[in-house]
Amino acid sequence: MTLLQVRDLSVTFPTEDGRVQAVDKVSFSIERGRTLAVVGESGSGKSVTSQAIMGLIDRQSAEISGEILFDGHDLVCASDKELRGLRGLRMSMIFQDPLSSLHPFYRIGAQLVEAVQVHHKVSKADARVRAIDMLTKVGIPAPEKRVDDFPHQLSGGMRQRVMIAMALINDPELLIADEPTTALDVTVQAQILTLISELQDQLGMAVILITHDLGVVAEVADEVAVMYGGRVVETGGLNDVFLQPQMPYTLGLLSSVPRLTHDVAGRVDPIPGNPPSPINLPAGCVFCPRCAYSDRVSGDLCQKTRPELLEFSPGHLVRCHLDAPQRQAISASVLAQLAGGQ
Amino acid sequence: MTAYVIRRIGIMLLLLLLLTLVVFVLFNLLPGDPARLYCGKVCTPDGIIAIRHKIGLDQPVIQQYWEFLRGLFVGRTFAPTSPDPIECHAPCLGYSFQRREEVLPLILRALPVTIWLALGAFVLWIAAGISLGIYAALRRGRWQDKTVTGISLIGYSLPSFFLGLLAIFFIILRFQLLPFPSYISPLENPVQFLQTMILPWIVLAILYAAFYMRLTRNQMLEVLGEDYIRTARAKGLPERKVIGKHALRAGLTPIVTAAGLDLAGLLGGAIITEAIFSLPGMGSLAIDSVLKSDLPVIVGITLVSAVFIIVANLVVDLLYAVIDPRVRLS
Repeated sequence: MTLLQVRDLSVTFPTEDGRVQAVDKVSFSIERGRTLAVVGESGSGKSVTSQAIMGLIDRQSAEISGEILFDGHDLVCASDKELRGLRGLRMSMIFQDPLSSLHPFYRIGAQLVEAVQVHHKVSKADARVRAIDMLTKVGIPAPEKRVDDFPHQLSGGMRQRVMIAMALINDPELLIADEPTTALDVTVQAQILTLISELQDQLGMAVILITHDLGVVAEVADEVAVMYGGRVVETGGLNDVFLQPQMPYTLGLLSSVPRLTHDVAGRVDPIPGNPPSPINLPAGCVFCPRCAYSDRVSGDLCQKTRPELLEFSPGHLVRCHLDAPQRQAISASVLAQLAGGQ
Repeated sequence: MTAYVIRRIGIMLLLLLLLTLVVFVLFNLLPGDPARLYCGKVCTPDGIIAIRHKIGLDQPVIQQYWEFLRGLFVGRTFAPTSPDPIECHAPCLGYSFQRREEVLPLILRALPVTIWLALGAFVLWIAAGISLGIYAALRRGRWQDKTVTGISLIGYSLPSFFLGLLAIFFIILRFQLLPFPSYISPLENPVQFLQTMILPWIVLAILYAAFYMRLTRNQMLEVLGEDYIRTARAKGLPERKVIGKHALRAGLTPIVTAAGLDLAGLLGGAIITEAIFSLPGMGSLAIDSVLKSDLPVIVGITLVSAVFIIVANLVVDLLYAVIDPRVRLS
């Protein structure tokens, strides 16, 4: 059952330097209990998309269009009050840096209790019981003591656990995790991901995982949406996108993952060039200036015409001017090259 | 925490001792002979020598400082051997030979006026400055922000003597909305007290409110960009709570520092405002004493004002620990 459907979502920030098109007609959907990974480089619009879903973008400073259907309600048109009623109750979010995301001046107990009391009329004592309960659930040792700590007294991993406890304290149906492991030690990253997966199984919530770490995606995602320059350039099931990548950008992402099996000199194969500036997006395909295969497309189609997100196989959509046989050939050769490194 | 407080109080006492030394040395280095001033218009060299001996100026400087320090704790007697010795009771801040009066009672008479003036203005400027600052921050870049910021710039640039004179001219003389200021204790006549104080309060508060408005606005803008504010919103908290609780608490620290030090600074006398509205406070006493070269009174006022600043520093630092738990532990 579809919990969240995003259709043609655009977010534009008018600035003095011009209109910043952070998100450009993004569409995807997610079902209850499933995990969608949104992948992309910095500036690809993935964080703005997630904040738009949460209603955390100041509407005075941004133009938002399109549809965000959450359980049938359109959040783009929703009032601030409606959005506030959903946030923290039916949809929650955790962020990249748990230290800066927790208020430094309040005890974690107080911050958790507040999260309960915003949405439920319960006494402080009951909310505190719930808070300790939740801290136990996210694996914090001695929660009845830790509940009275300040955020700076905890380690990075523990802080992210607190953030997760706070996000899940009201049993939300949707959890958006915006790079939840980026600021953490590698050893802790796996623990946090496992924790999120376990809690997802227990609570049956849908998870949108925003990340640039393909290793993380491979571990937890059911579906993947690859974003570039504010657009979704490829989306599909995990196996579709990882085993049959169609878009040159996805191929580039996969090639740029460090592999231990390679010899040291050729370990990483970065995509040449930089992501486009969101102020002056290319008129045609946003990836065209960095694409190694644009010369295989006839004329200046890549430069001038914006490609549509088209179905390649059921559920696997690609935004690229290359035709299917061309893409298949490129994909096969790149994947063979990657495998050849082993 | 207790150890921290005790250590801070210890440091404060040392600082106060050092302060007496600095003030004493400073005023000893000043040109001008106090004996000559005391002596008056008809003065012979012999007379000056007699006076120097009488008030102890012929003793070595270290001896004088010791007497001065001793006077602070146990009191002292000037010219003990003469027929009319002058008693100065502990804590003896000095004796004004011109006014023929101990310094401490002089200051204690002026201080309440200044305290009332400072406190009233403080309440006004904190209330106005912080609320306008928050308001401007929330409407950053829009006309409301620009208006408030612009007005505050005007308020900040207007000298208080000009504002004060304007107020007296229009409100008291021209439209006679208030009687002419004449200070009276609020315990004696609260109505006249308020009538006298309202203009000085406002004049003094405008200058500070402008500064606090800008400080608060900048603080709020900085804090509103913090990740924990986004978290607070993500929880579903109403904006009123996000701003009034999460953001304000975090942005408060520099405001508390500035407020503490400004209030303490004012307790030493708001010289211009007091002079304009003829309030017999510390500022007026200071001006009067400077004009008369009444050194002991100036020394006394300097000491008392400095004590306010030092104590305020301590209080502000302790308040830090209350506001920011990270200070408490480090």
